[in-house]
Amino acid sequence: MAPNAAAGADTFPKLLVRNARVFGARPAMRHKDLGIWQTWTWAEVLDIVRAYAVGLHRLGLKRGETIAIVGANRPKLYWSVMAAQMLGAIPVPVYADAVADELAYVLAHADVRFAAVEDQEQVDKILSVAERVPTLQVMLYDEKRGLRDYDHSRLHPMEDVIDEGRSALASDPSERAWIDDQIESGKGSEPSIILYTSGTTGASKGVVLTNERSIKAAADTVTFDKLTENDVALAYLPLAWVGDHYLNYAQGLVAGFCMACPESADTAMQDLREIGPTFYFAPPRTLELLLTRVMIRMEDAGFIKRWLFHYFIGVARRYGERILNGESVPLMGRLLYSIGSLLVYGPLKNVLGFSRVRVAYTAGEAIGPDLFNFYRSIGLNLKQLYGQTEAFLYVTAQPDGEIYSDTVGPACPNVDIRIAENGEVQFKSPGMFTGYFKDEDKTEEVMTPDGYVKTGDAGFFDEKTGHLKIIDRAKDVGRLKDGTLFPPKYIENKLKFYPNIREAVALGDQRDFVAVMLNIDLTAVGSWAERNNVVYGSYQELAGHPLVYDMIEKHVAEVNKSLSAEGVMAGAQIKRFLILHKELDADDGELTRTQKVRRGFIAERYAPLIQALYDGSKEADISTQVTFEDGRKGVISARVKIRDMKTEPVAVAMGKAA
Amino acid sequence: MRAPSGPDVAVGDVLLAVENVSLSFGGVKAVNDVSFDIRKGEIRAIIGPNGAGKTSMLNIINGFYQPQQGRITFKGEVRSKMRPHEAATGGIARTFQNVALFRGMTALDNIMAGRTLKMRRNFFWQILRYGPAMHEEVAHRRRAEEIIDFLKIQEIRRVPVGRLPYGLQKRVELGRALAMEPELLLLDEPMAGMNLEEKEDMSRFVLDANDYYGTTIALIEHDMGVVMDLSDRVVVLDHGIKIADGAPAEVKSNQAVIDAYLGVAH
Repeated sequence: MAPNAAAGADTFPKLLVRNARVFGARPAMRHKDLGIWQTWTWAEVLDIVRAYAVGLHRLGLKRGETIAIVGANRPKLYWSVMAAQMLGAIPVPVYADAVADELAYVLAHADVRFAAVEDQEQVDKILSVAERVPTLQVMLYDEKRGLRDYDHSRLHPMEDVIDEGRSALASDPSERAWIDDQIESGKGSEPSIILYTSGTTGASKGVVLTNERSIKAAADTVTFDKLTENDVALAYLPLAWVGDHYLNYAQGLVAGFCMACPESADTAMQDLREIGPTFYFAPPRTLELLLTRVMIRMEDAGFIKRWLFHYFIGVARRYGERILNGESVPLMGRLLYSIGSLLVYGPLKNVLGFSRVRVAYTAGEAIGPDLFNFYRSIGLNLKQLYGQTEAFLYVTAQPDGEIYSDTVGPACPNVDIRIAENGEVQFKSPGMFTGYFKDEDKTEEVMTPDGYVKTGDAGFFDEKTGHLKIIDRAKDVGRLKDGTLFPPKYIENKLKFYPNIREAVALGDQRDFVAVMLNIDLTAVGSWAERNNVVYGSYQELAGHPLVYDMIEKHVAEVNKSLSAEGVMAGAQIKRFLILHKELDADDGELTRTQKVRRGFIAERYAPLIQALYDGSKEADISTQVTFEDGRKGVISARVKIRDMKTEPVAVAMGKAA
Repeated sequence: MRAPSGPDVAVGDVLLAVENVSLSFGGVKAVNDVSFDIRKGEIRAIIGPNGAGKTSMLNIINGFYQPQQGRITFKGEVRSKMRPHEAATGGIARTFQNVALFRGMTALDNIMAGRTLKMRRNFFWQILRYGPAMHEEVAHRRRAEEIIDFLKIQEIRRVPVGRLPYGLQKRVELGRALAMEPELLLLDEPMAGMNLEEKEDMSRFVLDANDYYGTTIALIEHDMGVVMDLSDRVVVLDHGIKIADGAPAEVKSNQAVIDAYLGVAH
């Protein structure tokens, strides 16, 4: 719509007022309640939030104070955020599934005096840690159920607070003038929210974002993706995550589009279909889950449907992406694709709730090219972005028509990116944070003297496309003896995108070359074995089968080829590999419970194999202790073969970095 | 034997009383001269070892079995026996030990089925689905949706119950019983065969139903922990005879109860 999407408003409350004026009768928020979608227009939302803010003020919430927001995506919680911002207070959303301990830490660290929570579960959780949060005085709740008998001296239903504000506004005209003055006097430079990072490394940090920076960033991306008041998004991602706050809340207010809240977390997929969003975000894991579900259901379908599905998905794979990218496609291909649209892609997108999606993003981890291309081939405009909380999400994003499965796109409008000496990505962006809350030291750690933010991720710019590629956490990136960059996870991910490879461990830091240890995927390789008459009695036997080795060797060769084409990565090609005789298992301590490889432990446990990889032996003996499901322990011994790989010639002259 | 009415029980009048009730199948005395009462607003547990006559007792209360002796007083009306339709129209709902739902129908339809007795319009109006019948349908649907929300089963609203896991089926069954807006809700082993988490959820729902809808609840349960946590008063049966009655803590330390559960040396 408007070229200047934010139209001069420098705070969120001012944006809300503008939206009520410009889009007054348009839907601002929807929520499915008792099976029916309820709608609030921008004018109604402003009305409610104004009353809510007055009510909160009467309870004692003041400018500059913090208020915790805990719960699922519900209108009243979003209104709590808006009402707090209207008063100049700072909302601090916390993950609804945070355990009491984490919750206590964040609440205490943020000095919250108020907490707006969803239901009894959250109230109980906070009460259980109350003595660790001495500042907390008032709690507001949305869902009344089960809370009737609680001590209500410091506990209020949000509904009552809003009603009280409303009657105060009705009875006293000066209240109205006062709250409007509060909105007017809000400054863009004031913090608008504190988002706590999930804290995979150490205690979580409170990222302070300001009104004007947030709005500037959101206005840039709203223009970038041409979002308007006619768009619809489903707010199903955690409220406390930067993604939800940015994509739905900030962009929604800037563009004036409607944000729909699902009935419950479990119904999000059905709600998606009913709402038919036009703007959609999903992490790769969700996309994978959806695809798996479709595939399983297709297996149960009748013969004709199954044949149609597979035939037209084949057509889509050949032509779909090229059509989406606007490239030239033979007439026959176009014809087949449009028949496929009618018979397969259209209905499929409808079932998934993607019928109206105009812009879809995925981010957070590397996405497999097959998965990515599948969605694009059926006509979903899926793109990748890279960002972090400190940037208020966006650092890079792929523009329409420049989509690659292995890049995260060029820098967003007005974002500056540079690659540091050590390969770390650093950025300067309009939406970047002002600092960590009450943590000067940490802020100084991640800010360079010239105002760039260190992301902690290592990456490089792809020469062909000019897009950024993220390879790994900077601290995990090692170097070979000759100084070549060695990003283990990047190599492992490339390998794991092959369905036959379940797990991969890349070695190479401070060594002469890169070698990998692999796990085959028993389901995938097992069904391959069945089809090819390969007889095997156990995982160990299948893993050691020469034909399996041949097949895996082909995959490794392909990975080498793709590495060789990537300039800085060319030196990190795989020289030797082996297939482990057992599956890496969390029960044996080789993986974390979230299925991440524990490198240090594996290096110790498989020391004889690693030695053999580097001393040139053709095979090595290993015996490892294993823990069975019932807790008994046993020993598996095996002789593991090692294969040498040819490496591809380095494509470009600049093979070795640094 | 009259039920002791301890002063610690903060509940209302007697809603239902059984007095000297006996039931036998041929030579087997399933229930033998049992008396106890259920007061308005309380959660009353009936416990006992296998074959103690607990389910028989529930079946007598809702009129499925007719006792040979004794009196049943429900809401002040004295009867020698209850009949199922009297029980249902009078406001007694129940769930079953082994789930008894319409397996081919969705969770929503099963819960709507619980509203049948509340439907005023006759069959022909219902077929018309217009005017008063439609209006009524909307009102009932709203109640059903409130129960769905209460039991947090929104995501299975449209799923045929036969496809649901056991724990959820139990929840739908509770939903159907609650849809009747009963004054007295009989739960026959609501937690049987559930894992710990499901038990905790179910306990929450039972407590909330009692608190939120003010429903009086009589439940049979094997899990002693659950019984002790949930119920206001407990009656203990063994071989059809009442051996104890009182507050959970009292009953737990009763020697006769301990013997019945653990067995005694002969």
